[in-house]
Amino acid sequence: MAAPLTLLLLVAVTVRAALYRSSLADLISERVEVVSPLTAWKRVVEGLALLDLGVSPYSGDVFHETPLIIYLFHFLVDYAEITFMLADVITAVALYLSVKDYNKQVFRKQKYALEADRYPLDCLELIRSPKEMQYIPLKVAMFYLLNPFTILSCVAKSTCGLNNAVIALFVLSTIKGNSRTHSSPAEGNSIYPLTLCAAALLYLLQRQYIPVNLRRFSFWWFVAQYAFMYLGSLFVIVGLSFFLLGSWDFLPSVYGFILSVPDLTPNIGLFWYFFAEMFEHFRLFFLCVFQINVFFYTVPLSIKLKEHPVFLIFMQLAVISIFKSYPTVGDIALYMAFLPVWSHLHRFLRNIFLVSCVLLACSALFPVLWHLWIYAGSANSNFYYAITLLFNVAQILLVSDYFYAFLRREHHLSHGLYLKRKDGSEATLVLK
Amino acid sequence: MMPVPSSVPQPKDDFQEELVIRPLHSGDIYASFQFRTLWETDFMRGNKVSHYRLFPKSLGQVISKFSVRELHISFTQGYWRTMQWGQPFLPSPPGAELWVWFQDSVTDVDGTWKELTNVLSGIFCASLNFIDSTNTVQPSASFKPLGIGNVTDHRFLRYATLPREIVCTENLTPWKKLLPCGSKAGLAVLLKSEKLFHSSFHSQAVHIRPVCQDWQCKTTSWELRQTLNVVFDLHTPGQGKLEWSLFKMFSRTLTEACPLASSSKIYIDITDDPQGEQFEVSPATHLLSQAMVLGDRRTFSVYDLTQQITFGTVRSLNLLIRWKSRDMLRPLLHAERYVAGYGLQTGEIHTLMYNNHPYRSFPVLLLDSVPWYLRLYIHTLTVTSKGKDNKPSYIHYQPSKDRVRPHLLEMLVQLPPNSVTEVTVQFERALLKWTEYTPDPNHGFYVGSSVISSLVPSIVAMDTNSTREQPLFSSFFPCKEESSYFMRVYTEPLLVNLPTPDFSMPYNVICLTCTVVAVGYGSLYNLLTRSFQIEEPSPGLAKRIANIIRKMRGVPPL
Repeated sequence: MAAPLTLLLLVAVTVRAALYRSSLADLISERVEVVSPLTAWKRVVEGLALLDLGVSPYSGDVFHETPLIIYLFHFLVDYAEITFMLADVITAVALYLSVKDYNKQVFRKQKYALEADRYPLDCLELIRSPKEMQYIPLKVAMFYLLNPFTILSCVAKSTCGLNNAVIALFVLSTIKGNSRTHSSPAEGNSIYPLTLCAAALLYLLQRQYIPVNLRRFSFWWFVAQYAFMYLGSLFVIVGLSFFLLGSWDFLPSVYGFILSVPDLTPNIGLFWYFFAEMFEHFRLFFLCVFQINVFFYTVPLSIKLKEHPVFLIFMQLAVISIFKSYPTVGDIALYMAFLPVWSHLHRFLRNIFLVSCVLLACSALFPVLWHLWIYAGSANSNFYYAITLLFNVAQILLVSDYFYAFLRREHHLSHGLYLKRKDGSEATLVLK
Repeated sequence: MMPVPSSVPQPKDDFQEELVIRPLHSGDIYASFQFRTLWETDFMRGNKVSHYRLFPKSLGQVISKFSVRELHISFTQGYWRTMQWGQPFLPSPPGAELWVWFQDSVTDVDGTWKELTNVLSGIFCASLNFIDSTNTVQPSASFKPLGIGNVTDHRFLRYATLPREIVCTENLTPWKKLLPCGSKAGLAVLLKSEKLFHSSFHSQAVHIRPVCQDWQCKTTSWELRQTLNVVFDLHTPGQGKLEWSLFKMFSRTLTEACPLASSSKIYIDITDDPQGEQFEVSPATHLLSQAMVLGDRRTFSVYDLTQQITFGTVRSLNLLIRWKSRDMLRPLLHAERYVAGYGLQTGEIHTLMYNNHPYRSFPVLLLDSVPWYLRLYIHTLTVTSKGKDNKPSYIHYQPSKDRVRPHLLEMLVQLPPNSVTEVTVQFERALLKWTEYTPDPNHGFYVGSSVISSLVPSIVAMDTNSTREQPLFSSFFPCKEESSYFMRVYTEPLLVNLPTPDFSMPYNVICLTCTVVAVGYGSLYNLLTRSFQIEEPSPGLAKRIANIIRKMRGVPPL
């Protein structure tokens, strides 16, 4: 497995290096779909320049990264391209290793279930074989590295790549069950990965064979330990950030900025135009509604998917990428990298053709309509906004489609694949 | 001063008025009025001043209530073309400009500033209430006090411009009311708005500052200067002939000086024409005076309005200037500014500063106040002179905060002799909330003029004795050294377009976005709360109706 992975990494690095050297690099780093006020490289350079001028980067409204990024790039600003390529490589390798480990566990659980005769006889074709699972980790790494969204994000030097690397390492440490390296740096750069800790907690509980039973002491003890460790690492990160500049200015500039959305630069998300056209009276109300919307699915999804924490991680990442305040294509690339892991669900997917067509069409229309609005002046903001809406609807359909397919497969595994009605004729399954 | 018998001790005040007419080389005519009231009093001490004579009461109350040390306000319509017209005596940027030094006894400068702008807005009938924290800055070096005072803590300084402000008769009328003689006598009778606003450039200003009365500065008095600069265009209809007169410019002639004025003079600049070859002035006068102004020694014909003989037998004075030929001159310091780039996403501000001195280089202080919605990227700042990098020796940069304060950039740049220095900085245009756009959003947003302040080397030795009797136009800016004089140049204001949302769509946008969020919520809700069941096909309509009837009859269904 090492050789194809190495080959893939070489190809990915070559593609990125070639694009760095071309004239497209400047063009791509200006695109609003790829960079946002939170992740733009231009703003990181601006923050470092302000620091050189003796002004705190957080005194203005241009720099919204945590001080850890200042720490990192103060020394690495000349090697920025290598840093971002390395971040992509780390993400791919982390995802590769975690999916490999996950597949092993899936296969082991399946073997136990088969031996315990828990599957009805006619759903044997739903059982997964090692042969089909062999290339999945490689496909995951490939989906991440060769995804045009990832490549664009890397060439633009968007710090989203660093965020993705940190989240991927978080997922890796969760799946390996290594609670010592398991920490919350994912929390450091934006607040949304907070929702991943529920999924990670469920996974670790499962790995330790602690049942999720609210009345049992062992469950609460584990939860307490996990919460303590998570919060501890969070405080360490925030404390480190404080000690760089010696002030708490970064808290309103980073977290306050993410939550209150003052900057209405267009992006591929739903927030910018909504709050550009919001009546002042209702602004706070809808801001709270939209922010709660991101965190709100954690508990219901955790309850429904408590036996399948890795799918829960996938769902959470997708929900965050779609509904966060400043999404970019780099966030989408991260959850799309997980799609090969669920490739066995293809027979239950209902809308995949429509969704992929819409996603492709929207990706092509984004730059066109932006040009027409901003440069040609012949379209207006509504055109770009419409494509934003369509893109997000397509993503929502994609995610809910995979969720439907996953739940349906689970249903078939417990009730049999070919279902019959009372009178013996072929049945159809509906959600009721 | 006219002796007024009274038992109350007289406040020692003095009023002077003057008008300087300078024919410009492009054929235009530059008229500069200055009205100065000097009053030896103390607004700051506890005793409230109540007996106002020549000093306007409204301004006196403003000074004492808001603890103002210096106040400079100007309203300008048009842009001063330095290349064609040379240097003005008192520069001002287009729109309204207000800068104030407060006394160090003020505790809440921002609150006092807000109240002061609102009060001035009422006094001058201008919309100065639009001055708030988003367009106010505290320059650290460019606006030092012009009167006495050694406090240089720039926490007490506030500077704001409104480049969009229109100036009209409504602003001129209250300005004229502040004069002791109003517009009834003296030079102020020439200020008829119909003719004044039919000009290329019009600027009226009020400057209040404390000055020394004598050489040792034992006593200080308050100086109020009201200035009005106007440039009349050669090609205004009816002025086709190369001939100017007071009547043609102002549609009035002068009949008497202001009785309250201690001095009332008209100066005509005849430096460029000592022998009377280029133009001739009538009625002729033998009174000549010389003054050092703007680094140059200039000769003026003087008409003293306090002398009855000036008005001649017709008892009215109509100065006539008839042209014979023309020439050109170049100012030493001159600046331009423009926006480069295309599209509504990014842009670049270019400021060009020209140093036309053949062999001397001098430093200039550039002050740029850019509104917050044009996000400047200071790492893209480049300063080049003659194609090479020219690093500024002092940069003070305060980044903007969205909807709170603008960018402030102050730099000290050394301009090499006979060169052009270009300062460029890139910016990004922000999308604002739909309520933050003006009713005409596609007109664009104004960016106030840059201010370039410098000590320009002068050809002749300047007079540093500030208490000697000098014409008003040469004594405005204090002169500390002999080899240079202080000059301020304002660049053009910029007009920048921002991307606009569709203003007719707030309800539609809310509905559509909430629909998308609801689609997400709905799909996930369905999948989370429902489970898979085998579907029983529902019978056809006929069968269903039959079943209902059967149920009513009590018979088992089909």
